[in-house]
Amino acid sequence: MTTKENIYESESLIVSDGCCVQYGEALAIDDVTFSITKGKKIAVVGPNGGGKSTLFKALAGLIPLSSGSLKIDGLDPLKAKGMISYIPQKDSLNWNFQLSVKQVVEMGLTDKSTLLSFNQKKNAEMVNESLDQVGILDKSEENINNLSGGQQQRVLLAKALIQDSTILLLDEAFSAIDVGAQEDIMKIINGSDLKEKTILVATHDINNLEDKFDEVLCLNRHCCAFGDPLEVLTEEVIEEMYGSHENMFLDHKPGSHGS
Amino acid sequence: MLSELLIDPFQYDFMIRALIAAVFCGITLSTLGSFTINRNMGFMADAMAHATLPIIAVGVFFGFSISELGAPAAIVVAIFLGFIVKNTKIGEDTSIGIIFSTFFALGFILIKLLNVTINLEDLLFGQILAVNRTDIFIITALFLIVIGIIITFFKQLLFYSFDPIGAEVKGLNTNFLNYLFLITLSLAVVSALQTVGIILVLSMLIIPAASAKLVTNTFIDSIKVSIIFGIISSVAGLVISYHLDLPTGPSMSLMASTVFLLSYISSKSKIKNR
Repeated sequence: MTTKENIYESESLIVSDGCCVQYGEALAIDDVTFSITKGKKIAVVGPNGGGKSTLFKALAGLIPLSSGSLKIDGLDPLKAKGMISYIPQKDSLNWNFQLSVKQVVEMGLTDKSTLLSFNQKKNAEMVNESLDQVGILDKSEENINNLSGGQQQRVLLAKALIQDSTILLLDEAFSAIDVGAQEDIMKIINGSDLKEKTILVATHDINNLEDKFDEVLCLNRHCCAFGDPLEVLTEEVIEEMYGSHENMFLDHKPGSHGS
Repeated sequence: MLSELLIDPFQYDFMIRALIAAVFCGITLSTLGSFTINRNMGFMADAMAHATLPIIAVGVFFGFSISELGAPAAIVVAIFLGFIVKNTKIGEDTSIGIIFSTFFALGFILIKLLNVTINLEDLLFGQILAVNRTDIFIITALFLIVIGIIITFFKQLLFYSFDPIGAEVKGLNTNFLNYLFLITLSLAVVSALQTVGIILVLSMLIIPAASAKLVTNTFIDSIKVSIIFGIISSVAGLVISYHLDLPTGPSMSLMASTVFLLSYISSKSKIKNR
């Protein structure tokens, strides 16, 4: 298990040292400490409101820390933005837009210097490559709204992959998709093409995590456990995470982890 | 016969100016409209049109024309609305509603207090036949600015509109894009005030875009078709109003509604025939 003493010892890509995020008076995550080495596949589990999305947003540089430190390859998240691809929860996307699969994937190549529409041919090649990686090249012309939940998630994964970032954050990647589609996405994540990528997946499914992930980060506003799923997912940890929600909200005050 | 009906009105200079204004406003509004309907910003756009009234009242009092005041009023209103919506916790629709009604009421009070000579019917429903050369120059300039911004920032605006969090993580300046879109939308809205007026500008903004969405499958196609529908509605409304001696703004608006009805029937029959 990661402790404050050993987080800097290994060759860590992500180091969270007593990381806290506060929304007004409420602590969203409290004194979270862990370190992740390059290429690891990490499940981030915990109840709703447990801080999974907040941690991802902090890693992506979208929200500031109230205390502690968070480093990505030694850099503050704001300076490490190019290293991270973020797949947000599906309900934060605007599905009113009737976009083709390739248009969505191409967004991964859009940055603040993207003006007008240059490099169309080069972009098309990269889009096709990325769609091929997630196995839906044949859907490139289809409207993303007409795809199944699992296929939509693959499109978003292709959009993240085309950015060629070191770290991928998938927030609730498995919500509202069936078991088969979940397995397909896990196969892609654990495939040889993404061997070098460090991938964090926020999920509610805590079954068989040891088959899918190298490590698990258990969050219930504070870090309940972090490490090999077989070792850390004990009954006590699960109880600590998914125990009474009433206690979860009552116990966490600034400066106190709760019981 | 048909060609005469179409060509006859344009033997007069004022009708040619009206045609230019109608086409440019049709293109500008229907391009922005596709973004607006997908981002559920119709109410925001309506508020922008109404909130310009006090600025117009004060401006006319100091001797400016409505067209001359358009761009500065649009920028002030867009920044103000954007700031209030972002920084209040009472909900977007509620804050827009408060600003909308407050500014509109203030506008009428100022018109009365300053004793400003404004034809309210023209302001509310447009008076495209009174468009002069200066107005055409301003409408053309606003058309070029709005279309230029949309073409230049199209990919960034689309990314931000579809996936605002992903866009921010990717390093796009989402705050800039938010205000850029609001200002562009506001410029498009005020450029059409003289054409269709404060009340009906919303119809030319959202109806062609909504009609296009019904008969197309992709966002890009919907913009193209929306522009075509916008031009057809504007020009047909202008021609019909000339021949039947009807008010032009409402005629354009009703033509847009007719196009919507036809698009709706077409989309329903397509589904039925599948």
